[in-house]
Amino acid sequence: MATPTLVRGARATQSTITLKIAMAVSGILFILFVLAHMYGNLKVFSGEEAFNSYAEHLRTIGAPIFPRTGVLWILRVGLIASLIVHVACAVTLARRAGRARPVQYQVKRNVNSAFSSRTMRWGGATILMFLIWHLLNFTIVKINPTGGETENPYRLLVDNFGVWWMTIIYLVAMAALALHLHHGTWSSLQTLGLTNSPLARQRAKLAGWVVAVVVAGGFSLVPLSVLVGITK
Amino acid sequence: MIGTMNLTLKIWRQPHAEAQGGMREYQVSGISEDMSFLEMLDILNEQLQEQGEEPVAFDHDCREGICGSCSLMINGQAHGPEVTTSCQLHMRSFKDGDTITIEPWRSEAFPVVKDLVVNRSAFDRIIQSGGYISANTGSAPEANSVPAPREKAMRAFNVATCIGCGACVAACPNGSASLFLGAKITHLGELPQGQPERYERIVDMVAQHDAEGFGGCTNIGECAAACPKGIPLDVISQLNKDLRTAIKAGR
Amino acid sequence: MAGSTLHDGLTPLNAAPTQTSDDAHGYYTLGEKIVDPVAPTGPIAQRWTTRKFENRLVNPANRRKLNIIIVGTGLAGAAAAATLGEGGYNVKSFCYQDSPRRAHSIAAQGGINAAKNYKEDGDSVFRLFYDTVKGGDYRSRESNVYRLAEVSTNIIDQCVAQGVPFARDYGGLLDNRSFGGVQVSRTFYARGQTGQQLLIGAYQAMERQVAAGTVTQYTRHEMLELIVKDGKARGIIARDLVTGEIETHLADAVVLASGGYGNVFYLSTNAMGSNVTAAWRAHRKGAYMANPCFTQIHPTCIPVSGEHQSKLTLMSESLRNDGRIWVPKRAEDCEKDPRDIPEEDRDYYLERIYPSFGNLVPRDIASRQAKNVCDEGRGVGPMVGDFRRGVYLDFSDAIKRLGEPAIREKYDNLFDMYQRITGENPYEVPMRIYPAVHYVMGGLWVDYHLQSNIPGLFVTGEANFSDHGANRLGASALMQGLADGYFVLPNTIREYLADGPFAPVSEDDGAVVEAREAVRSRVERFLSINGTRSPDSFHKELGHIMWEYCGMERTEPGLRKAIDMIRELKREFWNDLKVLGTADSLNQSLEKAGRVADFIELGELMCVDALNRRESCGGHFRGESQTEDGEALRHDDEFAYVAAWEWGGDEGQPVLHKEDLVYTAIEMKQRSYK
Ligand SMILES: Cc1cc2nc3c(=O)[nH]c(=O)nc-3n(C[C@H](O)[C@H](O)[C@H](O)COP(=O)(O)OP(=O)(O)OC[C@H]3O[C@@H](n4cnc5c(N)ncnc54)[C@H](O)[C@@H]3O)c2cc1C
Ligand code: HEM
Ligand code: SF4
Ligand code: FES
Repeated sequence: MATPTLVRGARATQSTITLKIAMAVSGILFILFVLAHMYGNLKVFSGEEAFNSYAEHLRTIGAPIFPRTGVLWILRVGLIASLIVHVACAVTLARRAGRARPVQYQVKRNVNSAFSSRTMRWGGATILMFLIWHLLNFTIVKINPTGGETENPYRLLVDNFGVWWMTIIYLVAMAALALHLHHGTWSSLQTLGLTNSPLARQRAKLAGWVVAVVVAGGFSLVPLSVLVGITK
Repeated sequence: MIGTMNLTLKIWRQPHAEAQGGMREYQVSGISEDMSFLEMLDILNEQLQEQGEEPVAFDHDCREGICGSCSLMINGQAHGPEVTTSCQLHMRSFKDGDTITIEPWRSEAFPVVKDLVVNRSAFDRIIQSGGYISANTGSAPEANSVPAPREKAMRAFNVATCIGCGACVAACPNGSASLFLGAKITHLGELPQGQPERYERIVDMVAQHDAEGFGGCTNIGECAAACPKGIPLDVISQLNKDLRTAIKAGR
Repeated sequence: MAGSTLHDGLTPLNAAPTQTSDDAHGYYTLGEKIVDPVAPTGPIAQRWTTRKFENRLVNPANRRKLNIIIVGTGLAGAAAAATLGEGGYNVKSFCYQDSPRRAHSIAAQGGINAAKNYKEDGDSVFRLFYDTVKGGDYRSRESNVYRLAEVSTNIIDQCVAQGVPFARDYGGLLDNRSFGGVQVSRTFYARGQTGQQLLIGAYQAMERQVAAGTVTQYTRHEMLELIVKDGKARGIIARDLVTGEIETHLADAVVLASGGYGNVFYLSTNAMGSNVTAAWRAHRKGAYMANPCFTQIHPTCIPVSGEHQSKLTLMSESLRNDGRIWVPKRAEDCEKDPRDIPEEDRDYYLERIYPSFGNLVPRDIASRQAKNVCDEGRGVGPMVGDFRRGVYLDFSDAIKRLGEPAIREKYDNLFDMYQRITGENPYEVPMRIYPAVHYVMGGLWVDYHLQSNIPGLFVTGEANFSDHGANRLGASALMQGLADGYFVLPNTIREYLADGPFAPVSEDDGAVVEAREAVRSRVERFLSINGTRSPDSFHKELGHIMWEYCGMERTEPGLRKAIDMIRELKREFWNDLKVLGTADSLNQSLEKAGRVADFIELGELMCVDALNRRESCGGHFRGESQTEDGEALRHDDEFAYVAAWEWGGDEGQPVLHKEDLVYTAIEMKQRSYK
């Protein structure tokens, strides 16, 4: 049984809500990142040259004040830190939730919650695995399954999505991301205390749909266009 | 008899807190649709008593949906299929031949006492940790000396209707008591009298909530759907907002 | 103030009563007359102020050493626990529920009275006092009632400061309404959940003291015996309902705030666990039980739907403002769909008998007339036993006149509740209502200090008898509970505690051991009778007897018959009870058995009290005492007294002590609603 005594000397920063706030902030950073990333990806439709120069541009932002890839690294470090925070809090809260109900129900019906809200942990884990694969694939190792070029970002991308199972992995991940964002967007607004009325709640939920569709849809356009042969 | 039903009940039986529990199956017949769910259990209990088996223990008192005693997980839903308390659920929500599974609230912070009865004293301790306005008897100023804006007073009232039943915890996949907590924070936080202790209150109450072993909220929303008093999710937003303010204030 | 003049509060306005009838002859023995030993004197408006000053103070340093037990966490108990805790006393608080917040006060709907006169409609402390005494049919003590009216205004202040969300108007100030036929607006409310909000306020104040360490709370504990040592109340024996452990709690004073005993009727609007055990155990230890037969029956409850029924649900009286009450003229029509019964075949009996008040006659009249028409075989709804127990409350005229939206706005939540329980839609089919037991004015006898005749035993809230006489006004019980708890008891108990701390009592003391053993052997006895019937079946049977013979109309032959039946029931109970399970775990049948045993004894005393009081007053209607038109007839010359009953032993007869009621501030009047 839990502690039957009263807590003394409580601190706001040591609460479960603080963990959630950290998740919300890091989650919102991710949202901003994926929006930008998606926008970049859509450069594919402007052709090989435009896309490659965008990739190059990413590495030279801030030059000459920052060395080459300097800003990119700052972003990367920020994202990695956010990821660590986000995942650590997710794991802490998940374990806490597990302990909070040691005996499961024989029958449990969920009646009013979105599927996405109940699958955040699975979705998060899927995204994490995908993320690792994705970084290996495009950033760290640069794997070209057709054995083609790896230093030409455009070719690397088009060759990759020319392989059916690569496309499937990618699309599954986007589905997971869509679900994660559907709940995550509204959830982060609620966690930050911005949904204090039924109307605000409705809007936040709508925002969840919009972000999910835009981000996952936007990302998916690229492999789909490769699949149907628009992008070669 | 017309309109009566025969039902199969699957009920969690557990002799005492430390004992191993399990599901038992019983049959009841001749249940009229005008009966309340608890009256149906009364019939089962009379039947068990006749057979020499100990009646099923369950919490109940007012049977009017206001005291918050009754607390049954009915077919996987806290307080059953309607938005009301277990005691105000009527048998016309079921049909002849149904199988009904009845379990206690499941939460680390609500240990089973016996059968369907759980210990909810964690809620009392959350209130002790700050769910009040400090106003000693006799120290109150004339009631109308502090007007309370009607909108805020209405919101305070709407959420003050929480009956402390714990259905929100029972329904929450995370086992969180955030709806209960948010309801109290919002009730007291919306009133002028609640301002002086507002941020101290939230820090202490959240800490107690966490210490009792309730889970953290991930805004799933099952709590608000199960709540017999329709406490809305925005109290959790209010809770989060007030905590954020408390962090800023360095509490 | 219709026809009444102000009096000086010094000269008696009525002569002491002399009883000439003796209906209960053979059922009781007559004891000494009693007086309230601490009754205040002087101008009525000064009495409480003076008394607060006269009562001695307890040195703050001493308070920590003074232990007070409070049984009950309803308005009366929780408010007292909070206030005494704040004062620095060492308080132990008991309730049988799993949390203090679940006490039955939570269920009160309508509101709470206070003489704030915010509407400037002529209300005042004196008017609230006057209305309460009159409403109680002049069977309450004027000093107590005046004090109640006087502190009523402080209650609202206190509750608002605690964060009770009362209804407010657009300017943010408190709203109030008129309630129960009163002509001034003095009822403060929080939608239909006033009791809940007030109790949560008191509960939170009490929990704050738990955190501060001045109050220790014992939930799921039932008081089963009072410890009386050297004539003083010094503690209780309580059973931990979870472990079954029988615990001894010692103290310098004991406060009973254990609520009302309406459940003696089995079906009532009270919570399932509401009981008389705490009070009855004290009664058996010598505390007088006053006016036990004074019961309030509320006319607008949802009727019984079948034998399985476990409790009755109240619907706000406000429904009578727009609904018309009727039954078919002919018994043959009772089975018909009410919508098919033409106007000329309907009997709007209240409008017919009371043309000027119509459907708004007082609670007791509306209730009694409903029973009469059902007894004539003209009731409606399902057959329960041999009768249909229900009358129509019809909104179709109001809907026609005001439109459905207007009715919806006023009564939506009540209509919903009705529909949830009955499955019928009151917008289409007339509602069915029937009276139900709601409140008891009777209770343990207390003096002006709320102290019983056992020194150190105080009684507050519905558990005492003091303020409502023979009938209680709507919205006054909440007022009394909080008045007692926040403002009265803390100021009177100190006069007693100023002599403490009293010599410590040991757990091995004879009186303590005896009390503990009595509880233990009683529990064992329940478990070992091993008969065939459940506690519930006895309770149901008792309820039938009480309702039939000691309900809305009481007659000499009926009461005599009831007493015989109850005595027989008691014998059967102790021979044929069956309680399964063990004493050392949560055992709801065992709890129930103890409560039913006490209800049976109480039931008998109620009948004896009703038999003795050969007059009709307030909620007590004796068939033998009515006017030619069937109206209640009071006999002030014989019965202007409080009947305080002393326990006469298991084999003996109860002893009647009379406390004369003498008025100095207002004159007695017969009421009339024709
Ligand atoms: C449905 C309903 C509606 C009402 N509406 C109104 C209204 O609108 N306005 C109004 O003024 N009044 C109303 N009343 C009446 C009013 O609610 C009660 O009279 C009042 O609340 C009683 O308060 P109390 O503190 O005396 O007792 P309760 O609130 O009944 O509390 C009794 C306490 O004693 C405890 N207890 C009892 N026996 C034992 C024992 N043996 N051992 C340990 N603990 C024990 C219980 O656990 C509980 O905590 C209503 C009553 C009902 C039933
Ligand atoms: C691009 C990547 C990601 C984005 C955009 C993202 C975004 C978000 C957002 C906005 C939230 C809501 C936070 C809140 O409720 O306040 C959230 C919650 C969550 N995230 Fe992520 N996240 C990402 C990656 C991950 C990863 C890799 C994990 C896994 C391990 C993860 C696990 C979770 C979990 C379990 C929650 C639920 C907590 C909650 O709903 O409050 N997320 N995420
Ligand atoms: S918030 Fe709703 S579900 Fe939770 S305790 Fe309060 S009334 Fe019950
Ligand atoms: S028994 Fe009181 S709310 Fe259900």
